[in-house]
Amino acid sequence: MTVLTVPMAETGAASITRRTRVLRRLRRNPLAVVSFVVLALAAAIALLSPWIAPYSVDQTDFARTFAPPGTPGHLLGTDDLGRDVLSRIMLGARASLQVGLLAVATSLVIGVPLGLAAGYFRAWDAVISRFTDLLLAFPFLIMAVGLAAIRGASLGNAAVAIGIAQIPGVIRVVRSDTLRLKSLDFVAAAVVDGASDLWVLARHILPNATSVILVQATVAIPAAILGEAVLSFLGLGIQPPSPSLGTMLATAQQFAARAPWAAVLPGVVIMGLALAFNVFGDALRDALDPKGDRR
Amino acid sequence: MARYLLTRAWQSALTLLLSTIVVFFGVRALPGDPALALAGEDRSPEALEAIRRHYGLDQPLPVQFAQYVERMVQGDFGVSIRTGTPVSSMLTTALPVTVELSVLAILLATALGVGAGVLAAVRRGRPAEWVANGMALIGLSVPHFWLGLLAILYLSVATGLFPASGFVPILEDPVDNLHHIVLPAVILGTGLAAIIMRQTRSAMLDSLSSDYVRTAKAKGLRPRAVITQHALRNSLIVVVTVVGLQLGGLISGAVVTEQIFGLPGFGKMTIDAVFQRDYPVIQAVVLLTATAYIVINFLVDLLYSVIDPRIRVTGDPA
Amino acid sequence: MTTAERAGAAATVATPVLAVRDLSVSFPTETGNVSAVDGVSLDLAPGEIVGMVGESGCGKSVTAMSIAGLLPGSARISGSVRLNGTELVGTREAALRRVRGKEIAYIFQEPMTSLNPVLTVGRQIGEVLQVHERMSRRAARARAVELLTLVGIPSAAKRVDNYPHQLSGGMRQRVMIAMAVACGPKVLVADEPTTALDVTVQAGILQVLRDLRDRLGTSILVITHDLGVIADIADRVVVMYAGRVVERAAVTDLFAHPYHRYTAGLLSASPTPGRHAGTDRLQEIPGLVPVLSVQPDVCTFADRCPAADGRCRESAPPLEVVAAGSTDHLAACWHPCPSPRSDVEEAHR
Ligand SMILES: Nc1ncnc2c1ncn2[C@@H]1O[C@H](COP(=O)(O)OP(=O)(O)OP(=O)(O)O)[C@@H](O)[C@H]1O
Ligand code: SF4
Ligand SMILES: [Mg+2]
Repeated sequence: MTVLTVPMAETGAASITRRTRVLRRLRRNPLAVVSFVVLALAAAIALLSPWIAPYSVDQTDFARTFAPPGTPGHLLGTDDLGRDVLSRIMLGARASLQVGLLAVATSLVIGVPLGLAAGYFRAWDAVISRFTDLLLAFPFLIMAVGLAAIRGASLGNAAVAIGIAQIPGVIRVVRSDTLRLKSLDFVAAAVVDGASDLWVLARHILPNATSVILVQATVAIPAAILGEAVLSFLGLGIQPPSPSLGTMLATAQQFAARAPWAAVLPGVVIMGLALAFNVFGDALRDALDPKGDRR
Repeated sequence: MARYLLTRAWQSALTLLLSTIVVFFGVRALPGDPALALAGEDRSPEALEAIRRHYGLDQPLPVQFAQYVERMVQGDFGVSIRTGTPVSSMLTTALPVTVELSVLAILLATALGVGAGVLAAVRRGRPAEWVANGMALIGLSVPHFWLGLLAILYLSVATGLFPASGFVPILEDPVDNLHHIVLPAVILGTGLAAIIMRQTRSAMLDSLSSDYVRTAKAKGLRPRAVITQHALRNSLIVVVTVVGLQLGGLISGAVVTEQIFGLPGFGKMTIDAVFQRDYPVIQAVVLLTATAYIVINFLVDLLYSVIDPRIRVTGDPA
Repeated sequence: MTTAERAGAAATVATPVLAVRDLSVSFPTETGNVSAVDGVSLDLAPGEIVGMVGESGCGKSVTAMSIAGLLPGSARISGSVRLNGTELVGTREAALRRVRGKEIAYIFQEPMTSLNPVLTVGRQIGEVLQVHERMSRRAARARAVELLTLVGIPSAAKRVDNYPHQLSGGMRQRVMIAMAVACGPKVLVADEPTTALDVTVQAGILQVLRDLRDRLGTSILVITHDLGVIADIADRVVVMYAGRVVERAAVTDLFAHPYHRYTAGLLSASPTPGRHAGTDRLQEIPGLVPVLSVQPDVCTFADRCPAADGRCRESAPPLEVVAAGSTDHLAACWHPCPSPRSDVEEAHR
């Protein structure tokens, strides 16, 4: 059975009703609401952490190293240098989100134009495909290893390595959505009316492709957060003494015999952040699915 | 089919060439004099001059590139700055560990991912689906190196069930080898299993609502036959693609997993090299990874054409 | 055989192979209940071809699928479907599976997507025989070649190893038919078998169906949008509107004198019987088929009907014998068209 539905956003005028419908579907989905609240809280804490963290992240207390969680004054205990774990987790989460956003921004800035071009101009498709293949051949960790060798390890380089590795995914979804939109009547009509390619891309295709870009970004952020954790754990990302959840885990591994609990919390926070993004991304995808009502 | 394979072969070759160029220039972008980087311990002017001549660093760029490719093809990746051993011999000892780990992880992840994906699609809207979906979301969100840490802390150290680190070559003692590698492989496979599960589930949902599955039901086939003969067969095409594309992620994961479990593989070698600024090793690792990725994805394309008759017979990918 | 002769032959047969009584189907959905079929009854005599027409969404496919219990689990079904006296509604899946493909077989609209792209057509035909006739794979393949020949596929021995994408649309539909008739079913349900095909190919497919009826004595339910197809192949017609049967008659009678106002509208918007129609569809009646959540006790056509009055909006007209001379011509209309078709057309102008 073929259902002929023209997604409403594509008729332009109806985009408001479509947005309210998507929002309504999100509000009705408890998983979406919970994950959104978690993300909002995490964002608030991350933004405010320099002010609300109980201690300065660098404040050491050699009299009190490896205090277990629940120690008065240090809710989550202290680390090998006597620094407050809660404060470091808060700022570490902030760094995770920073890398996540930075990486995804990098991949969108490069990937979206390339995806549009690959989908819209036939001649560019083959060239961009080769570029995608080339990027795919360098996994993010290898990319990070290369960048670290050339430019040194840092938060920025980690984010760039992750972002570059995420470009192919962006190109793929934008390209296929562009191909789909290009074949729709209203785009053809605009072309017949003599609109320039750039105009068609900017006014007709890009706005309608935002939903797939949004979903792609929502699932790319948690991947980037995990990537940052891996790189920092290996020493290829954020450099000590800057707080990072990944480096906290590396320290925990080093001192596993003395403070085995230290390995638990940073991991839980990373997982919680990634999980919230992934759950919200799933809910968003379902809410945007034009077939969603029938299911 | 011949045309399809030729196109793919040509595209792979082109990508391989491009990635070699990237690495070549990457090496030149390394800080400092490449001769210095290649020299290792002996940094006397004579030694540097000899290296310049040996590696053709005094030649024009295209010539340098040609010589570079020639050396790489011959397996001459230079000499490790730190240990002084040829990089190629380091690779021969490290690679088998990584390959074994990855293959085992892929097998485990595919079995688990396909099984759970099919289950979730078939039991749509029932508890089994919720459980499978939830597990997949967690598998996708958990930092697997952290899982590895916890596994060592709370499984290996506490119970002694698995060794916390180390490796025994498979030829030496296959049982002990498996004992050392199975936990790392499970940990490495979690992320991949989650991705495979989600893709299998959505491909299965598509196939299950397709017209040809309706036809199969109308023929009076048993549900099991409908699922395995008709729906799953079509979904496998998706699974194969996913495994191919996720290979990069798997290589990244293998590096960390080896680091955590102290497996003497390619990953450990890479990380050590970064910290010791062992450029010849880094270069070899990067180039080899890219080559492996490209070659394996070409093989995946071959496999495609075996599974999908639309490619096998006419050469147009579906 | 002319249409008249066919109608006469069909009328003499008494016991139906397939008897559908008061079949209702509804689907609970996210946005509320959808009542797709409401109180449909129809019979299929041995060797008879019955056509079912109606606009898109009026419940034709749902009726067809419910016959062998092929609707999704969410469907709520009531009423009765008897195959040679055996009740099928509410029967266990295992029992239904023995009926599907063996006693009742299906042909679907989209030959492009209804065949599995990764299996050879021989394998797909053979599968039915392996399941129902316990044939070996080898014997099933040999039989598949015979069946492909039967449905008019040239060089069947070669085609049997082809994949669906190597065949044209018409050939694929023939493969579907070969698959459907493999076990010699008593009933064949063809849901828009020709809609996706062009006109010349259509004629060939209809010829194959007619041959099958003549040679194997299969009863066929043909669902279509296209009155040309009905005129071409059917002995009797069932007209559906918004989930209900609104008129039921022998083909000649229906074309000569439609009683229900909806049928009359359809006919005035389409070609004369006997002519091949491929392009003429039932689209010219203004308005849309309503999607109903409950079946109201009114005539659901009233909003689009030129003859509607208060009574039509107060109670649903029963499906009753309307023609003086024929007990086999029924319509559900409070104000049936009084005069034969030519006059109706006049009236519509
Ligand atoms: N699984 C389902 N869930 C909910 N509603 C359904 C389902 N299947 C069919 N329907 C609804 O039942 C009604 C009848 O559909 P059906 O497919 O029988 O129409 P049809 O007469 O075959 O139309 P067409 O000529 O377009 O094939 C439609 O309104 C449809 O939306
Ligand atoms: S019952 Fe009334 S509304 Fe319905 S078709 Fe007949 S005349 Fe028209
Ligand atoms: Mg239909």
